[in-house]
Amino acid sequence: MLLALDTSSPQVAVALADGDDVVADLRSEQTMKHGEQLAPLIARVLDEAGASRTDLTAVAVGAGPGPFTGLRVGLVTARTLGLVLGIPVHGVCSLDVLAAEAVATDAVSTAFLVATDARRKEVYWATYDATGRRTSGPAVDRPGEIETEHPVVGEGAHLYPMTFPSATGPVRPSAGWLARVVARGLAEVVAPEPLYLRRPDAMAPHPPKAVS
Amino acid sequence: MNEPLVLGIETSCDETGVGIVRGHTLLADAVASSVDEHARFGGVVPEVASRAHLEAMVPTIERACETAGVRLDDVDAIAVTSGPGLAGALLVGVAAAKALALGLGKPIYGVNHLAAHVAVDQLEHGPLPEPCLAMLVSGGHSSLLEVDDVTVGVEPLGATIDDAAGEAFDKVARLLGLPFPGGPHIDRAATSGSSVYVDFPRGLTSRKDLERHRFDFSFSGLKTAVARWVEARERAGEPVPVADVAASFQEAVCDVLVRKALDAATTRGIEDILIGGGVAANSRLRAMATERAADLGIRVRVPRPGLCTDNGAMVAALGAELVARGRTPSALDLPADSSQPITTVVA
Ligand SMILES: [Zn+2]
Repeated sequence: MLLALDTSSPQVAVALADGDDVVADLRSEQTMKHGEQLAPLIARVLDEAGASRTDLTAVAVGAGPGPFTGLRVGLVTARTLGLVLGIPVHGVCSLDVLAAEAVATDAVSTAFLVATDARRKEVYWATYDATGRRTSGPAVDRPGEIETEHPVVGEGAHLYPMTFPSATGPVRPSAGWLARVVARGLAEVVAPEPLYLRRPDAMAPHPPKAVS
Repeated sequence: MNEPLVLGIETSCDETGVGIVRGHTLLADAVASSVDEHARFGGVVPEVASRAHLEAMVPTIERACETAGVRLDDVDAIAVTSGPGLAGALLVGVAAAKALALGLGKPIYGVNHLAAHVAVDQLEHGPLPEPCLAMLVSGGHSSLLEVDDVTVGVEPLGATIDDAAGEAFDKVARLLGLPFPGGPHIDRAATSGSSVYVDFPRGLTSRKDLERHRFDFSFSGLKTAVARWVEARERAGEPVPVADVAASFQEAVCDVLVRKALDAATTRGIEDILIGGGVAANSRLRAMATERAADLGIRVRVPRPGLCTDNGAMVAALGAELVARGRTPSALDLPADSSQPITTVVA
């Protein structure tokens, strides 16, 4: 069975799939607190599906982009589970998961854009053709810098309705769709490396200040 | 029954530590440090540390298992630092520990970093004397604690009211043009200097201060005094005698630490002092504490330098003690608590 988890959005998402059949698909009730909510949710999907940790054959993880702290919780969890269970870990760009769901549920029928919340008045975004194939991105920019007449999928469209008036499709990535993306090969599978897209905020120190 | 095999994870600052112990026996202590990535910033950058923890986690776990000659399946329990420390850094370790616990179907203990600094000495010198007075000194903490049972709780007697002792070492090292982290460089420079060259102030030792802050520390005034002294020299166009300033500064820090630790031990009727944390690796502190304590009939225990700095073995050591004493494990929704109080040993 494939365990899928995504922590790139404010909501932790965990699902379990048997082949391409999603047998459990959960989201955290609270937003944030990824570190507290992820492990109990994994225990719950296994429980709901009547499965045990030894039934797992692979892990899929949303590689972001997303706020760093939460993103790392998902990636380190997926990698460590892969190590301890001796199973492969597949990474998928979290924007591709939103795109796959939007196409499969007919929310879009033309080229489109996916935009999610990058905080600091910016969005993580990528563009897709009508079949859901990524044509540019992922990148991080201010909404005003991204011009599009196309429909926009994801939370970014809801946060910046003036810039992105044509919101459509899913708002946050679902783990069920992450599992389907991997099972059906709907998007590129990559190494479970975080898509930070930003460098750490770090400043070289000033020379010591005089004290007298 | 065999003694418990425990894997401990430590990510509260810039070291990714994974230790494996069986009871009081250390089997592996793997550490990956991101200290070089922080050096040019003169201090630990939280986001840089967190990124490094994610990359180092799986390889460090693998390295620890290889060194210990055990398989993850053999592990009886997982212990992890849940606080105090850098929030984002702690979170990486806690999440990895939960994944191990889930994947192995074994219990997890989220433990206090400071209590782990105390427990680590069991790996070197056997069971802790009960009670003992613990002095923890590092870049993040400077505390005096009374420890009756390290798995239950510790009583804080005093702590720094401003900078941590290790922080003072880092700042003074920068003033003297020595690299980060400052501790080992000051220690080395001081060996060829005179400790009585400058009579730097001893913080919170005046009679008035002792009334309110008998077991507390203050190092910010000392740091300022060193800065003033160095600047005066530079203004006068004279060279700064780095070795002498380092030795005099180090003497002032150690003098206050040892004085207060001995005062606390004698006041509380405790005959054993345990020194832990990165600053416990300082050679002058170890020598001075041992020497002065002996005059009072007090024993001093200091783990070897490699176990004083942050590592996974100390977390595993505390975990093993918790298992051995049948303490209740943490829940899977265990939070990382950047300001976990010292009185909470298991979160
Ligand atoms: Zn420490």
